[in-house]
Amino acid sequence: MKEEIIIAGFGGQGVLSMGKILAYAGLMGGLEVTWMPSYGPEQRGGTANVTVILSDARISSPVLNAYDTAVILNQQSLDKFEARLKPGGTLIYDPYSIHHAPKRTDISVIPVDAMEATFALGSSKTYNMVLLGSLIKVRPLVGIDAVMAGLKKALPERHHHLLPLNKDAILKGMELPRL
Amino acid sequence: MTPQDIRRPENIVAAKPRLLNDNTMHYCPGCSHGVVHKLVAEVIEEMGAGHIAIGVAPVGCAVMAYNYLDIDWIEAAHGRAPAIATAVKRLNPSRLVFTYQGDGDLAAIGTAETIHAANRGENIAIIFINNGIYGMTGGQMAPTTLEGMVTATTPYGRRVELNGYPLNITDLATRLEGTCYVTRQSVHTAAAVRKTRKAIRQAFENSMNGLGTSIVEIVSTCSSGWKMTPVEANKWMEENMFEKYPLGELKNTVKK
Amino acid sequence: MEQEVTLMKGNEAIAHAAVRYGVDGYFGYPITPQSEILETLEELMPWDTTGMVVLQAESEVAAINMVYGGAATGKACMTSSSSPGISLKQEGISYIAAGELPALIVNCMRGGPGLGTIQPSQADYFQATKGGGHGDYHLIVLAPASVQEMADFVGLGFDLAFKYRTPVMMLADGIVGQMMEKVVLPPFRPRLTDEEIAEQRPWAVTGRPATRRPNIMTTLELDPCLMEKHNLHLQETYDLIKANEVRYEEYYTDDCDYLIVAFGCVARICLKAVEEARAQGIKVGLLRPVTLWPFPAEAVGRLSSRVKGMLVAELNTGQMIEDVLLSLDERIPVHHFGRLGGIVMDPDEVLVALKEKFSL
Repeated sequence: MKEEIIIAGFGGQGVLSMGKILAYAGLMGGLEVTWMPSYGPEQRGGTANVTVILSDARISSPVLNAYDTAVILNQQSLDKFEARLKPGGTLIYDPYSIHHAPKRTDISVIPVDAMEATFALGSSKTYNMVLLGSLIKVRPLVGIDAVMAGLKKALPERHHHLLPLNKDAILKGMELPRL
Repeated sequence: MTPQDIRRPENIVAAKPRLLNDNTMHYCPGCSHGVVHKLVAEVIEEMGAGHIAIGVAPVGCAVMAYNYLDIDWIEAAHGRAPAIATAVKRLNPSRLVFTYQGDGDLAAIGTAETIHAANRGENIAIIFINNGIYGMTGGQMAPTTLEGMVTATTPYGRRVELNGYPLNITDLATRLEGTCYVTRQSVHTAAAVRKTRKAIRQAFENSMNGLGTSIVEIVSTCSSGWKMTPVEANKWMEENMFEKYPLGELKNTVKK
Repeated sequence: MEQEVTLMKGNEAIAHAAVRYGVDGYFGYPITPQSEILETLEELMPWDTTGMVVLQAESEVAAINMVYGGAATGKACMTSSSSPGISLKQEGISYIAAGELPALIVNCMRGGPGLGTIQPSQADYFQATKGGGHGDYHLIVLAPASVQEMADFVGLGFDLAFKYRTPVMMLADGIVGQMMEKVVLPPFRPRLTDEEIAEQRPWAVTGRPATRRPNIMTTLELDPCLMEKHNLHLQETYDLIKANEVRYEEYYTDDCDYLIVAFGCVARICLKAVEEARAQGIKVGLLRPVTLWPFPAEAVGRLSSRVKGMLVAELNTGQMIEDVLLSLDERIPVHHFGRLGGIVMDPDEVLVALKEKFSL
């Protein structure tokens, strides 16, 4: 099994940490993982993206041309990455920040209203966890237990009181995709 | 009295410290380095610290100081002695670590290392020979060269509008919270030599007691660079150098 | 065994591995993209556990000289920086090589020249493998391609540094520094005691006991005859290293018609290109030098008599290709493909380049 994933949006939307928690969850599940960010000035408010590769074999290139799955949080990222999904791949996006919906028909396109769900939860900081929930629902690469274990690893201990809140967000996210 | 009688231990009034070996020094006649080398050796011996002393030699006339004092040495890149001493002392806190540097090494190319080591309060002693000139490379202007002073690179005398002002880095170091002891001495008279020896002892003790950085500036002569006889050089130093670099204790936070 | 599997950035892995190896001193100065090494060490506070000294120096110049001083006392010392900072360290590295001092220097390369960019690059290959500073000397140069190797090469680097009494450079880049992967951290080893250092490293400047002559760490020798002798001695060490320490990896070279040569993370990008090429029926192999100096010349020579051509892929305008050309046994076509200034090539580009250069 090998899944090559791109998560892309604005800096500050939690793209990198979502990827990190996904990678941690893969690690907990005994997989080989690579987390490769775009870094530098891009981190500060511009577009941000992270490549996460989960595999049961040694991972070669951390730099990819095509992806199995994309989680897209803004229009620029959709414009950039829609074409780079492999045929048969999965595109998860939040229509909240998207003006022109994806056009490809050879991939599964799954809109999730993550921003609205996050507003309903009342904590804007859990946006990325809602999306992570949707991702593991659509692509069950890792289970919720592995994600929670990963989250616990990724979060500094002083933030561990936030674990239940994040779990709620992930569970909420899992309800969103209309499969 | 025969020569044998004179050499009897009970008759000896002054002797070369054991740590100072018999190698012929490369220093010019009248140079202050020889005297200061002897003082450093004496103080280390007095303190019984020969087995824990680590000296850091500079680039400059004292580059081969390690040939004369039989202790362990590291020869530094130009100006970097305080950085080297920083690591040596931090990694070997039980050791007596000192640098021995000239004005070009300490106050020009190594200004950053000097200021920052002193500002961190590294537990090292810095012996600073200030003769206002680059001796080793043939008498060029140093940061401490006096206004109007003729050197190979200021053939018409140092002009502040061209070369800036003489840098009094020791005064500067007194303002750093990491320094515990800053003093300016000389070795032009027997009395001055005694005072300098005391200062070096104090600096070495401070560093062993973990009190911070100690700097002992020794205003010195360079008869070759200054193109004077040793006697003239001493006189010129008293009349000119001491005005810009007055002798005395500049800072001492150590309670007696 | 206290093995710990975790997820971390390559830079963080270096810091953890350094503490666990029993490194005595780290001296660094912040520069992107490697500042996490110093940051992680400060966070780990190893001075409270292993006794390791960690210090943020006033400059890269001061940091490398701290390494020189610490190494002279027989301690395992390291520094890290990125390209512009490594340029500043070159004088000190030359001293460390001249003084035959063991030390580890990490260069997490970024695009240059000048202040350049903070994005990944491999443009310091010449600097790392051909000397870098003044004088006739070499560093052992290790090129990690994964976070695991970022951790492993700390230990390997110091082992080699002490075995041959020579500085070792880990030539990484912004990719391996910044990406996170699974890593198995090495077990903790105790640091050597001062007594062990005095015994195992009799050359160390430790303070002179009455039982020996002074130990003097100097790189000055005004007598040219002695200086020539010292140079010849250094070359003997380099010959030994060349004979014993060449490391490389081969992929799909048993039956390949074409060979890609790439190091560091680019080797992994090329491996994906190789697999894609094979899926398209083009028999391509990959040679990944792990030591850039000593360079795996024998492997290149051997393969040159078996393949129709080679493509050297690097994030520069053609540096390692010179060593490849010098290593050929057969004069086959050798082409270069590079991206510059912080742009990282992707696997498709490599494949396209391969097809174009060899009209496949």
